[in-house]
Amino acid sequence: MSDHEYTPKSKAGKWFNDRLPLLTLANHLTDYPTPKNLNYWWTFGGILTFCLITQIVTGLTLAMHYIAHADMAFESVEHIMRDVNYGWLIRYIHANGASMFFLAVYIHIFRSLFYGSYKSPREIIWIIGIIIYLLMMAAAFMGYVLPWGQMSFWGATVITNLFSAIPLVGEGIVTWLWGGYSVDNPTLTRFFTLHYLIPFLILGLVVLHIWALHVPGNNNPVGIDIKKPSKDTVPFHPYIVIKDGFALLMFMIVFAFFVFYAPNILGHADNYIEANPLVTPAHIVPEWYLLPFYAILRSVPDKLLGVVAMLSAILILAVLPWLDTSKIRSAVFRPLYKQFYWILVADVLILGYMGAMPAEGLYLLIARVATAYYFLHFLVILPVLGLKERTIPLPLSITEPVLGGSPNMAMAKKKESKLE
Amino acid sequence: MKKIFKLFSTIILLTLNSYSAISAEKVEYLKTDWSFKGLFGKFDRASLQRGYQVYTEVCAACHSMKYLSYRNLSEKGGPEFSVAQAKAIAASFEVTDGPNADGEMFQRPGKLSDKFVMPYENVKAAEAANGGAYPPDMSVLVKARGGGVDYIYSLLQGYEEAPSGMILDDGVHYNKYMYGNKIKMSAPLSDGIIEYSDGINPSVEQMSKDVTTFLMWAAEPSLEARHQMGFKAIVYLIILTILVYFSMKRIWSRVKSEV
Amino acid sequence: MSDKKPERRDFLFTASYAVGAVGVAAVVWPLVDQMNPDASVKALASTEVDVSSLKPGNTITVLWRGKPVFIRRRTQEEIAEARSVKMEDLIHPEKDEDRAKNPEWLVMLGVCTHLGCVPLNDKGDYDGWFCPCHGSHYDTSGRIRKGPAPWNMEVPKYEFVNANTIKIG
Repeated sequence: MSDHEYTPKSKAGKWFNDRLPLLTLANHLTDYPTPKNLNYWWTFGGILTFCLITQIVTGLTLAMHYIAHADMAFESVEHIMRDVNYGWLIRYIHANGASMFFLAVYIHIFRSLFYGSYKSPREIIWIIGIIIYLLMMAAAFMGYVLPWGQMSFWGATVITNLFSAIPLVGEGIVTWLWGGYSVDNPTLTRFFTLHYLIPFLILGLVVLHIWALHVPGNNNPVGIDIKKPSKDTVPFHPYIVIKDGFALLMFMIVFAFFVFYAPNILGHADNYIEANPLVTPAHIVPEWYLLPFYAILRSVPDKLLGVVAMLSAILILAVLPWLDTSKIRSAVFRPLYKQFYWILVADVLILGYMGAMPAEGLYLLIARVATAYYFLHFLVILPVLGLKERTIPLPLSITEPVLGGSPNMAMAKKKESKLE
Repeated sequence: MKKIFKLFSTIILLTLNSYSAISAEKVEYLKTDWSFKGLFGKFDRASLQRGYQVYTEVCAACHSMKYLSYRNLSEKGGPEFSVAQAKAIAASFEVTDGPNADGEMFQRPGKLSDKFVMPYENVKAAEAANGGAYPPDMSVLVKARGGGVDYIYSLLQGYEEAPSGMILDDGVHYNKYMYGNKIKMSAPLSDGIIEYSDGINPSVEQMSKDVTTFLMWAAEPSLEARHQMGFKAIVYLIILTILVYFSMKRIWSRVKSEV
Repeated sequence: MSDKKPERRDFLFTASYAVGAVGVAAVVWPLVDQMNPDASVKALASTEVDVSSLKPGNTITVLWRGKPVFIRRRTQEEIAEARSVKMEDLIHPEKDEDRAKNPEWLVMLGVCTHLGCVPLNDKGDYDGWFCPCHGSHYDTSGRIRKGPAPWNMEVPKYEFVNANTIKIG
């Protein structure tokens, strides 16, 4: 099972493998020892890979028909929707695929937060993941600009104007980003170029993400180190492959529902109006997956500090492995952390909701409290909790839990009660 | 498994809630039964054909539909005029073509491949002819309004006397469903303004429904194909999911661990 | 446990693979088909050409579906030459009567059947066309006589709308 012992059976295979060890790699991937107690929250890595490939393939085909020009972009999208064979299907998969991608990535991130997957020795995996997440946001934002509707145009205007908050050079940077004195054709063409490039950067980082994962191996719901391979592990193929496949199919059913029966529900109606630099839509709202950060931006009454707060909210995640002082990974054995975890989930959902509401009155007040709590969680609660919390004793191995019954079951029951 | 379902439904509900809350200028739109809603929704062909008539005879005087072609009128999933009918419709419009061998533009009867002829040359001309308000292009109008078909359907029937105290400028009309209640378009429909060849009574309500159905198709010509394919795709996915589920059970039974 | 019922396990796995493969194929098709001519391209099927000013012995070239179409008003000598050729001398035997229903008018795609270049008028060893790319010679009926091209130049669907107008497509 171990990598370096592998030799291909056939002579030709050996000849090839001695020169380029692809077969060793394939053998490593299929035999890769995986904890056998992984639950369904662990299937989102595979689902995200599917999302990335779907976006790249549909994106490539759309790019064969799309015209990145301010005068023709909107029309070319309508051309895709009306005339291109299956164009409507490909575009709806791509547009909703972005939302599904973020849905999956948020579950993936929150899984990591619950089970402490970001902790030693997996910090590098986590940081690469945060970079991927940042690139995803950049790609999604620029992709949303391409149809050149009203939300595209004004979203681009608002987001690029964030850079004008930088003292002294801000205005210059914004002009440089635009390639003019407003969002216009030069902006569109460069956004298209970058939107095309970024997914391949993400793909490269995903390879690193998985590589870094395969060094220490997967974390697991119990969060303890396991010997591998051992009776605690199963080979990746077929056990994890089939389980990931099953979860992926369930995910695809939800995906298909959006594509075929509610393809525009996650978008904004104003984006079916062609970009008009003279009229701003009544409500400027980003796509749902950016709403929490948008709420943080708006809850700070100062332009520069608002931008700083928004960026910090993301970048703070990169130093999370050092903010969380607890040595125990899984929240299952951290009764207090578990409660704060769910408060954080609620806090982020509240922020998302407030991001969609007008920034005034009670909404603004709630958004401010939620923003403050967000930072409090990472900067105060986590460091203090790790030092003060009384944790539940860890089992010796995942097959011999001290708690009686399987840890899987115990956890599943707890989580269900939380969701209700 | 249950957990995942719950998570999905929670997230979807939350998302949808926050989205519907965005379009918060809550006016209750008029309701009618749209044949194209639902998993198997299809367009009512007769309604689409009547709707096209309303569009050409009423709306087209000011509103363009620049992304539609005459050939679309005979395509599957649309009004499904016969090809001969669609050709006759196209030929009834004068299209500017050219330049010819002498370098000049010329007029000719429309062909199936031509886009719908626009009432005005450009946006500026449209504004100039309509008191500064651009009558929006109707190709994707239904998708470009938060309320969708219900909004358009209601708006067409929403003209009323302005409440006392509201001052309307010249050329501005009161509409119950318009954002801000002030609209530059005068009530476009009135009972019997056109005559339907199939004997249906052209009431404002009927015409509103027909033209809205037509606009829905115009904005989403692939709707029927989408619904049909969607049903097949989801049935397929469910079957495969079940097969994979039992395969998974079988594979995992080797390690005696619950999945 | 699973060893006791090998048939059922085999069936289950085979069925999963088979159904999965059908799905993959169904997904691949739209991705392939999107590169085929779209509805707007297919709709631009015909073009009308005014040939009233064309004199015998002259050729005009018009664009149809993005390709050149040669319309030649042939002289009597050219017609006679085209019709006198024996079928066994042809690489791709076709009667001139079938290629030009109205003998005075030859309408064909001006595309060499070798690799798609546009042949030159009134050139070559057979008084017809000559393709400069790889040296294919066509006769006054646009038939291949010498060189690497395998077929005669293609005659598209066309009709005379009236005495002066040809509709191609």
